[in-house]
Amino acid sequence: MISIADQLLVLVLLINFISLGTSRLIFSIRAVAVQGVILGILPGLIHPFSWHLVGITVGIITAKGFAIPMLLNRAVRTAEIKREVEPFLGYVPTLLLGAVFTALSFGFAGKLPLLPEHQNYIFVPASIATLMTGFLILTTRRKAISQVIGYLVLENGIFIFGLLLAEAMPIMVEAGALLDLLVGTFVMGIVMNLISREFSSLDTSRLTSLKEE
Amino acid sequence: MHSSMQGLFDPALVALAAALVIGSAGIPGLFLRKPGPGQVFSAAVTILAALAGVPATLQLLFSNTTTTYILEWNLPFGPCEIAIDSLSAFFMLPVFLVSAAGSLFAVGYWPAAEHRANERGLTFFSGLLASSMAILLMARNGVFFIMVWEVMALSAYFLIVTEHEREDVRNAGVVYLIATHAGTAALFVYFSLLAARTGSFLLPANGSLSALSPFATFIALSAFTGFGAKAGIMPLHTWLPSAHANAPSHVSAVMSGVMLNMGLYGIFRTLSFYHDPPLLWGGILTLCGISSALLGIIFAVAQRDLKRLLACSSIENIGIITTGLGVAMLGVSSHTTTLAYLGMAGALLHILNHSFFKPLLFLGSGAIIHAAGTREMNLMGGLGKDMPRAALLFLVGSVAICGIPPLNGFVSEFLLYLGFFSQLQADSLIFLVFLAPLLALVGGVAVVAFTKLYGSVFLGSSRSSAMSHPHEPGVTMLAPMTFFALLCLLVGFAPQLALRLVSPAITMFFPDLNFAAVSTEYGAILSRLSLSGVLLLAFAVLATLLWRWRIGLGPVTSASTWGCAYQRGTSRMQYGATSFSELAVSVFNGIMRQRIERPALTGLFPAVAHCSDHPTETLLERIIAPLFTLAGLSFAFLRLMQHGQMHVYMMYIFATLFILMLWAH
Repeated sequence: MISIADQLLVLVLLINFISLGTSRLIFSIRAVAVQGVILGILPGLIHPFSWHLVGITVGIITAKGFAIPMLLNRAVRTAEIKREVEPFLGYVPTLLLGAVFTALSFGFAGKLPLLPEHQNYIFVPASIATLMTGFLILTTRRKAISQVIGYLVLENGIFIFGLLLAEAMPIMVEAGALLDLLVGTFVMGIVMNLISREFSSLDTSRLTSLKEE
Repeated sequence: MHSSMQGLFDPALVALAAALVIGSAGIPGLFLRKPGPGQVFSAAVTILAALAGVPATLQLLFSNTTTTYILEWNLPFGPCEIAIDSLSAFFMLPVFLVSAAGSLFAVGYWPAAEHRANERGLTFFSGLLASSMAILLMARNGVFFIMVWEVMALSAYFLIVTEHEREDVRNAGVVYLIATHAGTAALFVYFSLLAARTGSFLLPANGSLSALSPFATFIALSAFTGFGAKAGIMPLHTWLPSAHANAPSHVSAVMSGVMLNMGLYGIFRTLSFYHDPPLLWGGILTLCGISSALLGIIFAVAQRDLKRLLACSSIENIGIITTGLGVAMLGVSSHTTTLAYLGMAGALLHILNHSFFKPLLFLGSGAIIHAAGTREMNLMGGLGKDMPRAALLFLVGSVAICGIPPLNGFVSEFLLYLGFFSQLQADSLIFLVFLAPLLALVGGVAVVAFTKLYGSVFLGSSRSSAMSHPHEPGVTMLAPMTFFALLCLLVGFAPQLALRLVSPAITMFFPDLNFAAVSTEYGAILSRLSLSGVLLLAFAVLATLLWRWRIGLGPVTSASTWGCAYQRGTSRMQYGATSFSELAVSVFNGIMRQRIERPALTGLFPAVAHCSDHPTETLLERIIAPLFTLAGLSFAFLRLMQHGQMHVYMMYIFATLFILMLWAH
């Protein structure tokens, strides 16, 4: 079971690179949706069966795999933006940076004082690498929709880390993660809506004009 | 069976349930479309909960056992204990009384039909504030304490900015928010240090710590800073006047009468951890206390805004309480049982008294504002004729707050005086005697301040035509005021009963000292005080009857007050509030200034001119405000980091995370 989980996590890492390297927003959203579905399956593989677990799985797959991607798709269609045209940093440099960070996170996780039962999995490095990828997307992209995608990837990274703790404090982790997600999507939804109404574009760098002098 | 019955009627559970019910009383109103029923429902529920909570609290106060409950909370900060001991129960009593009275007062003062926009929030946050204060007193885990503390601080903020369409209200709210969070920052330091000392976030038991341990003084100082900012003790009082003046009056009553107590409670609780406080702590508290008392009342006397005056007098009263506490600590440090007892009894009794007469006065100010439509005392006058009942109740509160016998304010200050003088026979700490004239000065200036308040509002005749229809407030407003006035009279005439109310808390505070002899001695003195109070009252009643009878003998003509037989006298020839206090304030010119801008008058018939005055705090203007400006200038470079580029903001977080990760290596 664990080996399947590890293979799925490798898939998650690959999807990180897809979302870093593509300029097409729809494709990026689909990749993140697939990542969400994989994350939904993961808890079932590493923890024994319980109804609680079924709840988590169904909740995660619905939220991350379907509901949020659907909302994002609709946003892309209404805003009529297909591509992230001019990111702050090009795609090839971001991909390279992503690779560097993934390597670093494996190195970092190896030095962490983890419990022995967690040491052999790639949960922790995968989690840190995904988190870093999220940050990279957030810092290098210009469009509000790309930023939401970055936020989702970052959130997925935190969720992978939470999987390890899922038995120790179940409700806290779920509530925290889902609440973050909800708030994040809401805030971003509002930001997108307001930016496009105010500046008739979804470019977050226009927000500088809101700066208090 | 017996145990289950006991579990069902355990007073601690009843108090907890009452607190939770009060906290949720405002929720139904949020969802009702029609304004009104939600507010009435909230008031009814709050009063019922208080009716259950007060007897439970009294029972807890007099029972020596403390039940401890543990909240299952799944957080990594250790077990969350909830317990009510005598000290908590003592502080909890005013929470229930004042919040119930305030919610009833709100029905008449802030009717939902007239304030559709903000009544719901006001009702909801009032309940939340009262509830969080009650639960704060039960919290025995530092992290839980801070959480509840923040709920309290934030609900108070939302109450202050009820009328947020006005700019001065918003400014007052921002100042309050900054002050309260500066205090919370100190509390973070405090609870972290305490946890480092004891090894868990659970608050230590009574007298379990030694002040000789390293950091003890630092822990105490951070507690004084954090809690003192909430209580409004002197250098940390700057937020208080504007916040209390701009909140709706029943909220000011709760904030001034109860929320300031929460800051004091924190200091009391902290001191109870240590069995050997050094002289330094008592010294700091006494010094800050007496300067708060003195400066607070000097600020009060210069104010022209009715509610600012009351708010400044809160600083004074908190100062008196802190002085009492400081003196008690000096007593403990110097092993003087009498001093410890009298200081503590005076402080605790003054807390009780302050939460009786200050809500009475703030509710009274609500009634005045309702009638006059302004808070400016220079524009009022003659309200006593239109609202005699409210005027009488306000008079009771004013006499009580000035510490004039036979009302309750006198009793607590009397105990403090006895404490100061008790050191005359002792061979240590004789300098405490010098506090007596200072406290007397505070009392004297308080009399000036409240004579100014009462005289310019209720006596004379109206100074402005702006006051359209002054009227007696309705029964929902008069009933809470009457309730507090009766409590003031009760404590004033039966101080020995009030002393019994505070003695469990004193015994809990100093488990090592034996107070039996001292408390009997001073109980007897208070009984004599009560007797003389009754005699004084009998004499006053007799004199009034005699005067009435004398007036009834001859013909009575009535003319306008201060008419002085002028043919064409106007009400503007009266002494105004500012002119009344001008002399008194000029004595304290270095601390407080009434800046009066008067025009130069020339010729026999000068032209129409205007005169205005602005009370200004020298300390605030010369020292505190420049400090803030300096801080603003020296941190201006930080504004470069706030440029509006969202992805760079993300980069900051990213960089921080990366540095932390490298550091972990």
